Amino acid sequence: MTTMTYEQAMEEFDPVFGIEVHVELNTRTKMFCGCANEFGAAPNTQVCPVCLGLPGAMPVTNQKAVESAIRLGLALGCSIRESSRFARKNYFYPDLSKDYQISQYDEPTCYEGSLDVVLDDGTVVTVAIERAHMEEDAGKNTHVGGSGGIQGADYSLVDYNRGGVPLVEIVTKPITGMGDRTAEVARAYVATIRDIVRGLGISDGRMEQGSVRADVNLSLRPKAVAGESQDDVPFGKRSETKNVNSLRAIERAVRFEASRQASLLLAGKPVVQETRHWHEDTSSTTPGRSKEEAEDYRYFPEPDLLPVEPAREWVEELRGTIPEHPAKMRARLREEWGFSDLEMRDAVAADALDLIAATVSAGTSAQAARKWWMGELSRVANDREVALAELPVTPAAIAELQGLIDSGKINDKLARQALEGVLAGEGSPAEVVASRGLEVVSDDSALEKAVDDALAAQPDVLAKIQDGKVQAAGAIVGAVMKATRGQADAGRVREIILQRAGVEG
Amino acid sequence: MAETSAVTDWTRATAAQMADALAAGEVTSVELVQAHLDRIAAVDGPVHAFLHIDAEGALETARAVDADRAAGVSLPRLAGVPIGIKDVLVTKGLPTTAGSRILEGWVPPYDATVTRRVREARMPILGKTNMDEFAMGSSTEHSGYGPTHNPWDLSRIPGGSGGGSAAALAAFEAPLTIGSDTGGSIRQPASVTATVGVKPTYGGVSRFGAIALASSLDQLGPCGRTVLDTALLHEVMGGHDEMDATSLDEPVPAVVSAALEGAAMDLTGVKVGVVRELSGADGGYQAGVMQRFEESLARLREMGAEVVEVSCPSFEYALAAYYVILPSEASSNLAKFDSVRFGLRVEKSTVEKTMLATRAEGFGDEVKRRIILGTYALSAGYYDAYYGSAQKVRTLVQRDFDAAFAQCDVLVSPTTPTTPFKIGERIDDPLAMYLNDIATIPANLAGIPGMSLPSGLAPEDGLPVGFQILAPAHEDARLYRIGAALEASLAAEWGGPLSAQAPELEVAS
Repeated sequence: MTTMTYEQAMEEFDPVFGIEVHVELNTRTKMFCGCANEFGAAPNTQVCPVCLGLPGAMPVTNQKAVESAIRLGLALGCSIRESSRFARKNYFYPDLSKDYQISQYDEPTCYEGSLDVVLDDGTVVTVAIERAHMEEDAGKNTHVGGSGGIQGADYSLVDYNRGGVPLVEIVTKPITGMGDRTAEVARAYVATIRDIVRGLGISDGRMEQGSVRADVNLSLRPKAVAGESQDDVPFGKRSETKNVNSLRAIERAVRFEASRQASLLLAGKPVVQETRHWHEDTSSTTPGRSKEEAEDYRYFPEPDLLPVEPAREWVEELRGTIPEHPAKMRARLREEWGFSDLEMRDAVAADALDLIAATVSAGTSAQAARKWWMGELSRVANDREVALAELPVTPAAIAELQGLIDSGKINDKLARQALEGVLAGEGSPAEVVASRGLEVVSDDSALEKAVDDALAAQPDVLAKIQDGKVQAAGAIVGAVMKATRGQADAGRVREIILQRAGVEG
Repeated sequence: MAETSAVTDWTRATAAQMADALAAGEVTSVELVQAHLDRIAAVDGPVHAFLHIDAEGALETARAVDADRAAGVSLPRLAGVPIGIKDVLVTKGLPTTAGSRILEGWVPPYDATVTRRVREARMPILGKTNMDEFAMGSSTEHSGYGPTHNPWDLSRIPGGSGGGSAAALAAFEAPLTIGSDTGGSIRQPASVTATVGVKPTYGGVSRFGAIALASSLDQLGPCGRTVLDTALLHEVMGGHDEMDATSLDEPVPAVVSAALEGAAMDLTGVKVGVVRELSGADGGYQAGVMQRFEESLARLREMGAEVVEVSCPSFEYALAAYYVILPSEASSNLAKFDSVRFGLRVEKSTVEKTMLATRAEGFGDEVKRRIILGTYALSAGYYDAYYGSAQKVRTLVQRDFDAAFAQCDVLVSPTTPTTPFKIGERIDDPLAMYLNDIATIPANLAGIPGMSLPSGLAPEDGLPVGFQILAPAHEDARLYRIGAALEASLAAEWGGPLSAQAPELEVAS
């Protein structure tokens, strides 16, 4: 069987895809009980009778999670149902403590929305959203022995800490007509969702920790023949690739599935409707369970919970808290700040937009703010292996630091030392400058003496300068800076040297 | 009460008398608990009302109550009065099985809200009472631990699913017990044991910690030998609970004062509706049951009530709808018994096989029958025809009740069509068994409160007949007022409560 590339596949077929994104909400407690909703605790330490599904226990809806779900729905342009219900999705699995998941079925809280996704070249694609519904997460199985999968494992362990963590599942309508941009649109869509949930403050949006997870559905259908509308061509059999957990992986999963399916179809073989597992190491998918033998989840309304009936006024109040669409906000900021495309993209990738914006509103120029956050601070964050926002320094402190430079009190080098002190918890930039004695030496008599000492030590320099080799002054500047432990104003030092040489700068 | 000092056998006293005697210092809680433990030891062999006895725990609570009372600490009304709890309620540190082998040996790490309220009321818990497995049944024959026998005739069923709670009262093993009523599991056992049982308004008592059968139908309730005793326990159990999202956020109805008011036997201005569809108009009711029912109606009239007939035509479909909704919800509620986290585990080579083997071995036939029914009814392609239609019937039943209550204050009927049948008589005929609950099920479908209280013995077999009263949602107090009036009127004729006429049980030496 010949293998087709993604590009060839897109030439030959018309792709149809859809994405289900699960967003883990960052509420303090779980969806239906009071247990802490935190990542990384020792196994089975954040559990109670409710999320363990012990006999007799009953769920109570977390109102904060409802609020987050409604805000997310509003940000996705969804309608908010006046009365929606939870439903039980019944299936047996050890990580599902009650052997049913409380989800929403025929009455999701948020439905019929649309989201603009901006591609790298500025193209805007509008993705239709079918629904955004609330549900609870399952626990986590760990298979010990064998290959790490459930098959062949010696035994399996279950951690229910994640069981009952609140999720919102966002489901798109089928996305058609994207051709060879399908992979790019898929990635950009998930990136936009991630940015929106972060902007709303309802999730940390960390794909690497699973707080944003995507399932990608893809099918191929023949291209319409002359006289036929593409819309009239029925969809092909689709695969559903589960748990694709990075932006890069989403693009790759789409590319892999498109070429796999195209290769099958060209060879006259059927595509099986099934779920598939994504393998990050090989950038490929393998079959999971077949949809033909898929379970019947026997959904029915959850009788232990009342309907979700948000007051209209409350929904309107929440609508007022929805931030600008991330793409629109970026375009506006790029314009206001005068950043290049590259500078903007780097700042977005480093998750530095909010920090730069806060530094700018504290009075710093956009470029200076960018240099701090994308330069020295990014380096420190990288060394410490933390996010920029986790560094112990505020945008206000950075603005203060830049103010000290702008007023000539310190130079760039001293500013870096002052920052070091701030990061070490020694106080505000001004306090560190004072306590470490970092102010620029601007007293001319002290500088003149230092220059004269340096010139005396290197007697040939003056002659070189007078011969026109002005760059020779650098050696003296260096010596003076060394003698003053960097506290001299290098520009002023240079002027004094040139005066001594009788050459006016 | 002056006469309480004359009581020699404390197990024969009412809970109200015990509470008064405790407050007056005429008896200690330890004495009361010990008297009941002795009675249990003497008669529970053949009755088998209890699955688990906590003698030490009950005595410990009793000693603490006695010490506090001696020290002058202010105590709740029922402090020191012993109680039995249906094994459907989880009790921290006390085995809880819901009558199923699949939970054999499970000791819950937490208390149900009602268990907690009983403990806060300082009532010594004698033990856990027997029940049909997961409350599925009308005879307690479906208990995984053997049937309970009716103290009125040990060869007969004590009703179900709460046969243990009712038999414990009728055998004087406990003055008060807790039951759960999904389709009649409190009222029908009360009816066949000549005791009193109340299913409160849905949401009136927290279900948190009650092992769910059918969540939209289940309701916990009080059981006693008198209407007043039942009211006293109702006030301990009831009230809003933030752990149960379906719990009503309103005060407990004033049922004790209603019971006291009713005992004055004045029902002037009260309108009582006889539901034609539940009162033998279409046959199928035992003659003695109808006779006692008619006599009770006559008593209500004598006390000033106006009796009218009402019709609830959709009740015809109630039983069918119930047997779709209940198994559907139960099939989901019982999924968690999968061997992974608690209870029985029949170890096999894979988790899937282990789950299958555990459920095959741990569940009894009636439970399996209903899981299969419910799984089928919820299946894709069948949902609308079964579950969807059943929900529509439910709405119709609620409308029938609304229309009926627009014409009268309470509705009445015989609680069950017959007096208790023989153990084993209907065990192979599920439909005949299900028909027992024909008169009690509509209240669960509509979420309204209902009471069963004794109305006499059927002349043909000398066995108890129950009288059912139904009230609109939130109007639980009406049950107690009218129930207490009827009870007082009948007691005047009988010279005391009907329960006193139960035959003496053979006492184990």
